[in-house]
Amino acid sequence: MSASFTSEEIMTVAAARMLSDGTVCFVGIGLPSTAANLARLTHAPEAILIYESGPIGAKPPVLPLSIGDGNLAETADTVVSTPEIFRYWLQGGRIDVGFLGAAQLDRIANINTTVVGSYDKPKARLPGAGGAPEISSSVKEVLIIVKQSKRTFVEKLDFITSVGFLTGGDAREAAGLSGNGPTAVITDLCVMRPDPLTRELKVSNIHPGVNRETIKASTGWTVGFAETCEDTPPPTAHELETLRDLKTRTALAHGIQGDAE
Amino acid sequence: MAEWMTLADAIASYVSDGDTLAMEGFTHLIPFAAGHEVIRQRRRELSLVRMTPDLIYDQLIGAGCASKLTFSWGGNPGVGSLHRFRDAVENDWPHPLAIEERSHSDLANAYVAGAANLPFAVLRGYAGSDFPRVNPQIRSITCPFTGEVLAATPAVRPDVAIIHAQKADLKGNVLLWGILGVQKEAVLSAKRAIVTVEERVPSLDAPPNACILPHWVVTAVCEVPRGATPSYAHGYYERDNAFYRAWDRVSRDRERFGAWLQYVLRAKDFEEYLDLQRDPQVQAVYQ
Repeated sequence: MSASFTSEEIMTVAAARMLSDGTVCFVGIGLPSTAANLARLTHAPEAILIYESGPIGAKPPVLPLSIGDGNLAETADTVVSTPEIFRYWLQGGRIDVGFLGAAQLDRIANINTTVVGSYDKPKARLPGAGGAPEISSSVKEVLIIVKQSKRTFVEKLDFITSVGFLTGGDAREAAGLSGNGPTAVITDLCVMRPDPLTRELKVSNIHPGVNRETIKASTGWTVGFAETCEDTPPPTAHELETLRDLKTRTALAHGIQGDAE
Repeated sequence: MAEWMTLADAIASYVSDGDTLAMEGFTHLIPFAAGHEVIRQRRRELSLVRMTPDLIYDQLIGAGCASKLTFSWGGNPGVGSLHRFRDAVENDWPHPLAIEERSHSDLANAYVAGAANLPFAVLRGYAGSDFPRVNPQIRSITCPFTGEVLAATPAVRPDVAIIHAQKADLKGNVLLWGILGVQKEAVLSAKRAIVTVEERVPSLDAPPNACILPHWVVTAVCEVPRGATPSYAHGYYERDNAFYRAWDRVSRDRERFGAWLQYVLRAKDFEEYLDLQRDPQVQAVYQ
């Protein structure tokens, strides 16, 4: 890995690049929110950011710590109730891109954020669904952003919280789900995209300084590489500077807030 | 008809052991003061409903108030796990907690159905997921017009809803603004509703279309300044992010949580609990 940027920075930058200007994006908290705001502050100033707590067209000056921070409401074009967000805006088919995270992900991009182990006697109880099941089935395109490891990229999920391509092939369409499903998985090592026929995730871009062996060793299934697999362009100076400024502003804002309370 | 009263009287009068209780507020306006009062009055066997259990239900679960939780996302926002919730589900501590797990979209729709006096919610959801396997309440219905198969889930109809809002006038008309979550739907879906507010004012001076709950759909209204802290009240105070981070340490350990709980029980009300927070001994619990 190059010393000039971290693996989390290249992951965030690679995810941000996938949002085109003017895109209507349903944003989750954490890395998705960082990536979406980085896109808004660089190449996609007209991107519309929607948070499930109700803000539509949020332009937060610093990253929110929670999904319903006040700066989302203050900078939004409008704030609607949570039922309205899910009914009129998400289910209504008005969202282009939904960003999701994952605790576990399988080779056909199904997601688990519910339990590790059995449901009735879990080894680890995870937070659960939130908005993800309906995001994954209602938006035109899902982007999954997640750090890569064998613990996360598993052969078989303990629970399907949100659907990618179910059993692969045309199973998603057969189950009656709308939207194209996941179009990319962005990790700290690479970008994976589903094969157009089998829908199995294949590595399409490798981040600078990462080799194929590392990716294989960090994936719980025998991972394939697309024939057209190429390197991810490194972050530009502008992308890095904007991201670091945003993170610094955020830490300062939350730190001061924390100390003051 | 809304009656102004103390929070202690409202909980004593309207929340009973075994009730189904929904305390809503989506990150914003979470009714923490009311949660503490439920703990202080040692309510038991509550069936709790809330989209995001958040710290408020982590506290109630750890204190032993709940026997069931209906929820859709159970984490500490921006921080990590809800450790008291996890300890209850994973280890039955302090006693077993039944869970009914749904998605945000489902629960939001289920509150709307409850408010609309309908028996169930309809949504395009859950297709292909494992939820229906573990929650038999998630079923399907076929559209009589198009034949489309949709998810059907039971309406939320709590015995009691509790929310926090910014203002209420002398008659008990309630005004809230900012991120509204499902507060209005929670109140309208419940048999009884308790609202705590930042301030009691002579007049709301609200524009048309503001989110107002008329006094006649509210059972009790209580003036509790800072009653939503450590969450926030738009226009009044910020979210106490440091508390959310410190809660990770407090809640991770049963003994430390027990020490924290003593301060809730020892305080006569939420104001005294907040005053206690400045005590160095109390501060030590969070370090």
